[in-house]
Amino acid sequence: MIATQESTKASTVRIRVKRCDGPGKASYWQAFDVPREPGANIISCLQWIAAHPVTVEGLKTTPVVWDSGCLEEVCGACTMVINGKVRQSCSALIENIAPNAGDVVSLEPMSKFPVIRDLWVDRTRMFEALKRVKAWVPIDGTYNLGAGPKESPEQQATRYTLSTCMSCGCCLEACPQYLLEEDPKKWPTSFIGAAAMNQARLFNEHETGKQLKKDRLDVLMGPGGQSDCGNSQNCVKVCPKEIPLDESWAAIGRSVTIHAITSWLRR
Amino acid sequence: MQQQRVIVVGGGLAGLAACVRIAEAGIPVDLFSMVPVKRSHSVCAQGGINACNDVARQQGYSEYQHFDETIYGGDYLADQGPVLEMANFAPKVIDLLDRMGVPFNRTSEGQRDLRLFGGSLFKRTHFSGATTGQQLLYALDEQTRRYEASGLVKKYEFWEFLWPVIEGEINGLEGDGRCVGIVAQDMRTMQVRAFRGAAVIMATGGCGLVFGKSTNSIICTGGAASRCYQAGAWYGNGEMIQVHPTAIPGADKCRLMSESARGEGGRVWVPRKKGDNRIPKDIPESERWYFLEERYPKYGNLVPRDIATREIFDVCVNDGMGVNGQNQVYLDLTHKDPEYLTRKLGGIMEIYEKFAGEDPRYTPMRIFPAVHYSMGGLWTQYTPGNYAPAQPHGEHKPGMPVPVDTQPGRGMALGAPNNMMTNIPGLYAFGEVNFAYHGATRLGANALLSCIFDGLYCGVSVANYVTQGDPADRPIDRVDQALFDRVVQQEQDKANRLLETADGIAPGDDANPYLIGKEMGEEMEAACTVVKTEARLVKCLDKIAELRDRYARARLPDAAAWTNQSLSYSRAVGDMLVMAEMIARCSLLREESRGSHYRTDFPDRDDTRFLKTTVAQFDSGARGVEQHRVSYRDVRTSLVKPRARTYGKVEGEESQKPRGKPQPAHAGS
Ligand SMILES: Cc1cc2nc3c(=O)[nH]c(=O)nc-3n(C[C@H](O)[C@H](O)[C@H](O)COP(=O)(O)OP(=O)(O)OC[C@H]3O[C@@H](n4cnc5c(N)ncnc54)[C@H](O)[C@@H]3O)c2cc1C
Ligand code: SF4
Ligand code: SF4
Ligand code: FES
Repeated sequence: MIATQESTKASTVRIRVKRCDGPGKASYWQAFDVPREPGANIISCLQWIAAHPVTVEGLKTTPVVWDSGCLEEVCGACTMVINGKVRQSCSALIENIAPNAGDVVSLEPMSKFPVIRDLWVDRTRMFEALKRVKAWVPIDGTYNLGAGPKESPEQQATRYTLSTCMSCGCCLEACPQYLLEEDPKKWPTSFIGAAAMNQARLFNEHETGKQLKKDRLDVLMGPGGQSDCGNSQNCVKVCPKEIPLDESWAAIGRSVTIHAITSWLRR
Repeated sequence: MQQQRVIVVGGGLAGLAACVRIAEAGIPVDLFSMVPVKRSHSVCAQGGINACNDVARQQGYSEYQHFDETIYGGDYLADQGPVLEMANFAPKVIDLLDRMGVPFNRTSEGQRDLRLFGGSLFKRTHFSGATTGQQLLYALDEQTRRYEASGLVKKYEFWEFLWPVIEGEINGLEGDGRCVGIVAQDMRTMQVRAFRGAAVIMATGGCGLVFGKSTNSIICTGGAASRCYQAGAWYGNGEMIQVHPTAIPGADKCRLMSESARGEGGRVWVPRKKGDNRIPKDIPESERWYFLEERYPKYGNLVPRDIATREIFDVCVNDGMGVNGQNQVYLDLTHKDPEYLTRKLGGIMEIYEKFAGEDPRYTPMRIFPAVHYSMGGLWTQYTPGNYAPAQPHGEHKPGMPVPVDTQPGRGMALGAPNNMMTNIPGLYAFGEVNFAYHGATRLGANALLSCIFDGLYCGVSVANYVTQGDPADRPIDRVDQALFDRVVQQEQDKANRLLETADGIAPGDDANPYLIGKEMGEEMEAACTVVKTEARLVKCLDKIAELRDRYARARLPDAAAWTNQSLSYSRAVGDMLVMAEMIARCSLLREESRGSHYRTDFPDRDDTRFLKTTVAQFDSGARGVEQHRVSYRDVRTSLVKPRARTYGKVEGEESQKPRGKPQPAHAGS
């Protein structure tokens, strides 16, 4: 809509897609030339390809499979690796990532999750990790028991930011310690990653959520917990919601230390 | 006997609230969603959720006033009982979400902060940054996960609902049929299978995609609702589609600019001089036309959506006064402190910056209306509550004594099994997919409320139906398996028929389902949204007939037996065409203007003929447009008397504008 005319010099943009027909199948690349439209993003390009599934070589193919939802960077679904960088595809505007004639955009599925098909990966492990750290407030049911605890605006601001995590997986894709693990049985002891750790902090900081703090710290003290983090801080650099994951790691680190000492003293 | 299970289709706010309530009653739930529930469309809601609160109450506001506003806002088309119940229940919804840990914005004293929203002169909208829907959804997602961890909830994510399984005959409200389960498809393995459920709750959200680009998420096709409709469920007020006045037009969707931008002081304007192409900050105050403030001095920029939309449309399309001659107007927040904006509206400021490339703290946003919400939906019933005034009340003014207290069951009987049940016993509709609360147009920040209210309040009704109603006498596990197999076969056949066409379509082919879908969206947007006329609607029905014809020959671009998204989309296009035709037909038959439904050939509201719910019933024996049998039912208006809905409009182009920003009567916080 608001694109400047100068930035759209070429009439098409080339989109290269790393494709895969299903689990266990080999990957292959295909390229498509997509007309540039004002305001175009990766999603609108993939939609165009779906309606016109022909490669640059003129080969008829199938529409590319990908995951998306909100199209406004708030649901986390459309995460993929774009020109080597993990991010949401809905907010990847063509005029920003490929402004000039001849620019090529490459799309790959995230590598830390099993591919379902093409750009669509299975992030079930992320949601299982939320169970692992009991990422919820243990309320006494849904009947009317009055308001929740009061909270200062500062505390609200902190919790709100932590709570905007949309389980997109960018922080895990970028993390050198978080590895692809296809076997669900190994998830409970594999590295938990920044996203779920951050949720543990979020709920530890809520007046009622605190009640499960001990359980959460037990998990983060155990295998695949806090000590597996190599502190490379890649996670915080790629988080699209700018969640201070480094601070969350530090906060959890402190809690784990105190928790370890008190658990040891209680033995 | 095995314990009876409840099926919930859809994991947005409505579905998850239902899930939690029913699991809490000890009844196991199977939860189906096309996306992980945490990614449901509810995540997009930005602005907030309405409820009466202590501050507003002391200024003369009340639950009753919230009710009255909602009825007036909806132009009297909503049955009144459920709306009263919802408004009365609203403060409990907020308290509960607060207990679940939703980070609602706070005052310096640590109380929940409030903001102003359209259609009210009181601050009664609770919010969590500019991503309220996301935060509410996450809270319910977390509670659902808790029940999932304990085994009471089983999730089927990436499963698509295909058809309800109905035992017996459905004949409006007469037949002996009932819903006993669903058939669904795994979107990865493509397995089609049946699931038994003592009750089925549809919580599948809206149908924005029928109109092409809308503010909705990409899965909001309305496909699930259309399938229920085709299986015999009635559809109410299909013609009532809300177009949001302020969205950022884009190539793939129109991104919403929340009403909270106006609630926080955003002013809508265009240059007074046509063709004035100066940049906004070079245009002095006196040469800006704040047309909403001028025409509606009382509500100003906070008139309800249908009115703001029509005024913007009028200024751009009819008067050609849009910014730079295009279909766009300014939504200006630059007079506010940038820090304040970041704090109060951070999320939506970011969206604009990200997708339009300009910082709205310093440059006025350019916006235009876009399809946003469906007030219409699956028709549902309810049992009226025990508040029955001898005469319906007149307008309720702030501070007046309220005629009724807020005890549960005043407007809609608590726990009555038929609350929000469709005409098909055992088949319920919760959230945006039903037609119940918003009449002819919805007030901002009332949708999140109606979704959660449905889940919590009517969830009890479902639990009662399952434990004490028909399924208690005739358990679902005794229903003949052949019935389920038949519906599985029907859906498998439908899928196979589509898959068999996949021999590689040529681009531009008129049987390309993607292009059929696109043309449908463009046609529906042009004919069935801001302004409607008989001539245009007739043309639209012709176009849809052509598209349905082409759809019958549709050819798939993908034959894969694994994760075939083209199949899912193409199947939905067929269902969307049915829905589109029904919406167009209902629009044509309602010969009046009411709320969001505006007919230039019938510009006035006509209570004599049309203070009625449109009920569409699908006739599978008929063909084309005749499939949609439309009848009317009286709206239940026993609580409040209809009055003209003007929002204090000052008539005439040259209205004297009261200067300065509109000052709500009681806006203290
Ligand atoms: C951009 C935007 C902003 C908004 N802001 C506000 C606001 O500030 N305040 C307010 O009150 N309202 C707001 N609304 C409206 C409100 O967000 C929606 O009405 C509400 O979230 C709908 O919730 P729901 O639970 O009914 O459905 P959704 O949240 O739409 O969920 C639907 C669910 O059904 C599932 N589903 C759909 N079809 C199928 C199928 N065939 N098979 C299986 N599952 C299926 C989906 O996977 C999903 O889980 C906004 C809407 C939009 C578009
Ligand atoms: S800081 Fe820890 S979690 Fe973050 S990227 Fe590095 S190793 Fe991974
Ligand atoms: S922490 Fe950030 S990067 Fe990681 S999943 Fe959440 S939103 Fe995505
Ligand atoms: S589609 Fe939701 S984040 Fe991109």
